[in-house]
Order: sequence, then C-alpha cells, then structure tokens
Amino acid sequence: MLFMSVLTAGRFGGVNTPINFDNFSRATDSIFVQVILNSLLIAGATAILSLLIGFPTALFISRLSRKWQIILIVAIILPYWTNFLVRTYAWLVLLNNEGIINKFLRNIGLIDKPIEMLYTSGAVIVGMTYLYLPLMILPIYAALEKIDKNLTEAAYDLGSSAWKSLRTVSIPLAMPGILIGLIFVFVPSLGNFVVPELLGGGKTVMIGNLVRDQFLKARDWPFGATFALILTLILVILISLQSYVSKRVNINA
Amino acid sequence: MTKVGKYKFSAAVVAAGALLLSACGGSSNNATSASVDPNVDITTQKLVISNWAGYYPEDLPAKVKAAIGVDITITNHATNEEVMGKLTASDDSGVDIAFVSGQYAQALASAGKIVNFDKSAIPNLANLYPEVADLAYDKGTNYSAPYAWGTTGICYRSDLIDFTPDSWNDLLNPKDSVKGKTTMLATERWLALPAMKLLGYSMNTTNADEIAKAKEQLVKTKPTLLAYDDTAFYTKLVSGEAVLTEAWDGWCNYGIAENPNIKFVIPKEGSDLWADTMVVLSSSKNKEAAHAFINYILQPDVHAWVANNILYKVPNKAATESLDPALATSYPNMGLTPAELLKGEVVLDLGTDSKLYTDLATEVTSS
Repeated sequence: MLFMSVLTAGRFGGVNTPINFDNFSRATDSIFVQVILNSLLIAGATAILSLLIGFPTALFISRLSRKWQIILIVAIILPYWTNFLVRTYAWLVLLNNEGIINKFLRNIGLIDKPIEMLYTSGAVIVGMTYLYLPLMILPIYAALEKIDKNLTEAAYDLGSSAWKSLRTVSIPLAMPGILIGLIFVFVPSLGNFVVPELLGGGKTVMIGNLVRDQFLKARDWPFGATFALILTLILVILISLQSYVSKRVNINA
Repeated sequence: MTKVGKYKFSAAVVAAGALLLSACGGSSNNATSASVDPNVDITTQKLVISNWAGYYPEDLPAKVKAAIGVDITITNHATNEEVMGKLTASDDSGVDIAFVSGQYAQALASAGKIVNFDKSAIPNLANLYPEVADLAYDKGTNYSAPYAWGTTGICYRSDLIDFTPDSWNDLLNPKDSVKGKTTMLATERWLALPAMKLLGYSMNTTNADEIAKAKEQLVKTKPTLLAYDDTAFYTKLVSGEAVLTEAWDGWCNYGIAENPNIKFVIPKEGSDLWADTMVVLSSSKNKEAAHAFINYILQPDVHAWVANNILYKVPNKAATESLDPALATSYPNMGLTPAELLKGEVVLDLGTDSKLYTDLATEVTSS
C-alpha cells in the first residue's frame, strides 16, 4: 500500500511512475482531515452505544440459567445470518420521512412534521450499532461467564450493594471482554462504507467511502491506497493499545 | 493487494497511459480494425456481453439464440467506471461486447481497446438517425453503435410542490418548501452538470476557474439535499420522500410508471445529450458473432422491442417510428425528437483532464 500510494494514477486505474509524495499532502487537506475525524467520531459513538446496550444485555444473559443462556445467545446470533444489506435496508424502511416510525408518531399526534432521521450521521450510528452489536455482546458475555459466581456472592456477603459488586467485581473482571468488544465494533465501523451510503444518503462520507470511491469511481488507485494506509495505521495503533491495556488489566487482576 | 500488484506491470495500462499522455486532453481514434470473415460459422462462437443491470429485456439471450444462433452470456455492471476498470485492467477481460456511454467509447478507442467496425457486417447501421453520425464522441459511427440516447433533467412530483420547475436553479438553490427533499446524481460528470449549465459553462469545460465556481455552488447545495442518488431516486419520488430530483430521462419513466403525478422537465439553461453505445473489444475472438449481435439489435423490430422494454429512447429511426404513439403520451420524453435532443451538449471524454471532475466530485461529496 505504501508503494502504491507514492505512484501516479493511470488514466483508467492502475499506476504509473514517477514516485512522489503528493498524495500524502493532498490527504492532509482540511476536507479529508475532516472526513477522517468524522469517521473516528462516528465509529467511536457506535462503539460506545454498542457498549451501553451490549453490557447490560450480556450481564442479564450471564445471570440466567444455562438453558436460557443458550436460547438467548442463539437468538442474538441468528439474525446475524441474514445478509447485512437486508438488515440495513430494514432501517431505510423504519427511518425514512414517510416510514413506519414517522407515520406512527404522526398518527398518534405526537408530531405534525416528520422528524428527519434517515440520511443523517445519527442514522449511520444506529445502523452500525445494530449491525455490530453481537460482536460486543459475545466477548463480554464470555468474560462475565468465566467469573466465578462465588466472587460476586462473597461481595454480597461482605455487605456490597448490587451496584458496588458490579462496579468492583464484575466490570473489572470483564474488562478484557469489554475492550475486545470495543475493538470488534470500532474496527469494522471505521472502515464501513455501505451503511454511510445507504443510511447516510451519500452525504455522510467516511474514510471507507473515500477508499472505495478512489478505487472504483475516481480510479485513482494511489490516492485510494493512501487512505487505506491511513486507515490501517489507525487500526494498528488501536489494536496495540488494546492489547497493552488488556495486559495491564490482567496483571492487576 | 496481490491482485493489484499484478496489474501494476500490465503493459496495456502503461501503454494506454502513454497513448493518452501523448493525446493530452483530446482523444484520437486508435481503435484497431476488425477483420470480419464472412465464411465463419457464427453459431460456433459464444459472446460475453457486459451491460447495465436492467437495461435490456430479460429474454434477450433466448431471442438472440433463436434469431442468429449465438449463445450469449450477459454480465451486469452498475456504472461506466466499473466496466472501464474491468476492460482496462488486463489485456483480455473476457468480454466481447461492452455497453458503455459515448464518452467512454471515445476513451476506449483512443486507448486502442476496441475495434473500428467492419460496417459491411452491420448493414442495419443505416436504420439509425443520420444525426447520430455527427455525435462528437464518435463522428461517423466508426467504433460505437448507439443503443439508447437521452438527456438529463428534473424529475419531480407535480402534486407535492407548489411551482413548476423549469431551471437548474430550482434544484441547486431550492425554495424552502422543497429543501431536504431533493436529490442529485452522484456520478461525477452529472454531479457537475446542473452547476455548469446554471453558470452558463460547457459541461465539458476544463477551465479551472469555471470548475472552482461550480464546486462552490455544489458545496452550497449539498446541505439542502436529501441524498446523492444514482439508482433509487425514483422510488424516493414515489414514496414522497423526495419531491424534486436530478434524473436521466429514462429513469424518471420508472417513477412515472408507478405514479402519473411524476413529471420530467429539461431545464431552460440546457442540458446534455448522452448516448449509450455498444463496442466490440479488440481482444474478442468472436468478432463475427459480435458484429452479427449488433446488427441484430439495430434491426427495427428488435430495437423497438428494446425501447418498449427499457423505456429509453433509441436512436433508431425505423424503430422509433414504429413505436405506439401512446407510449409518448404516457412517457413524454419518449416523444422527444432528435432535433430537441440535439440541443443538448454531447458529453465528451476529457482524456487526462477527467481527473478535474473526479476531484471535484470527491471534494464536493466529502465537504
């Protein structure tokens, strides 16, 4: 990718010499920096939202009987087998101005003008959260599942409230799972280009869209490679950060 | 990335680049000449044809097999860019006939990727409107046989807006009542078209100042849009999500078919004239069958059948005259005369300057 990114674009894709570093200076143009920051923000919000929904869900499942745990885990994985485009299109039907949610709110008289939900960054975040939620729930569930039940019971016996035992026992011990969940959701969200296109209406451009468009539409492979390189660098930094923090957490535990 | 690495040294790409550099801006015809051997039994040849999805009657392969005895396989592409990538990435893409827009046929000819027809094998070229031979992307119809032609305009819901749009200004600087309910095409040249026409420039301009002014207008327009949409804007019109959209005439018809309140107008500042054409690849080993296929499509009854099916105008005089006049009543664009269409500016290949437009599109959509 590094090699590609310093070449010159061919007329119909492909690459030519001479070698130059123009693409890197072009990539630091304020428009593109804005796109990269915006992508980080959207992917970050997706990861946090997934955590807020995923952790309580995983906690709830881990406290159930073995039989119900299996049933619920299967219920979470099952929709994942549906093609993700189909699941994304479902949000189009739900969110659009003439869609089910807006029609319902209008019929019960709560609003008289449709709320604009589709083709916004919010729609992109919601769509990706839905898409990647199982990737958050499963590692947290696995971590919570491994915690010795006696530890929480001991905390109760020693006078901890439910909240305190959660804060001092369950969350720290589940931390490696939480970190993995965050990475699992953040990484594919950052590179996603289908959801921004469908639910963002092509107006919310993320770094994945830039890479795709440079290769397929603009046929500027070197510039596309430059963004792919930037994307990869961000991910490498994040993953090494995650493994570092994870190790520290394990040592402390 | 290994695949990309392989292409890097593709002689064809380098050669194409070198050719285009020497042409620099303008394009010259470097198409190879086709040698069609009339004694070849075409029924032993098979054709691979790349066309836009939904841009041909579904039973076309069966009809072709019955009429000229050639087995055809149709692969679909979504955009010109996609098929161009496929055709130029290697010396032999495996495609015999490609359907591409006129300016891309021009680019392929200048890169030597397609053949000049052996016109004796396509006598049905005579059925085309004589004006077709003057279209600037291929004067004389040497390497591209036009399949459909049309223009770009505004497709709108007459029952949901309180004015009759007649200007690109209605799209680019929308009234408050339609803000957030308009869409524009995302393909680079058509993304730029409304702004170029509103500002009084050529849609083929390569003047940096004019492109910068168009960019300024388009960046200003972006927040007022519902979405950039090349493919599903007519469904947004049908559902009422969008009320005013930039549209190719034939696409608008898919909306009109579902809701007669949907109307099409060519803005007063003018628009384009595009043509989608059939080209034969130089790498094809089935050139005889390829010529026979093109000749078959240009047959008046076949081309009329295609027009009825895809609701785009065909540049075939005999075929157009045989169409049911009721079609033009339901779909007004089908009644446009060649003279009306020719008022539009022909979309040209800009050679290496095409990059100005790809950069414009990238910068507008990322802003």
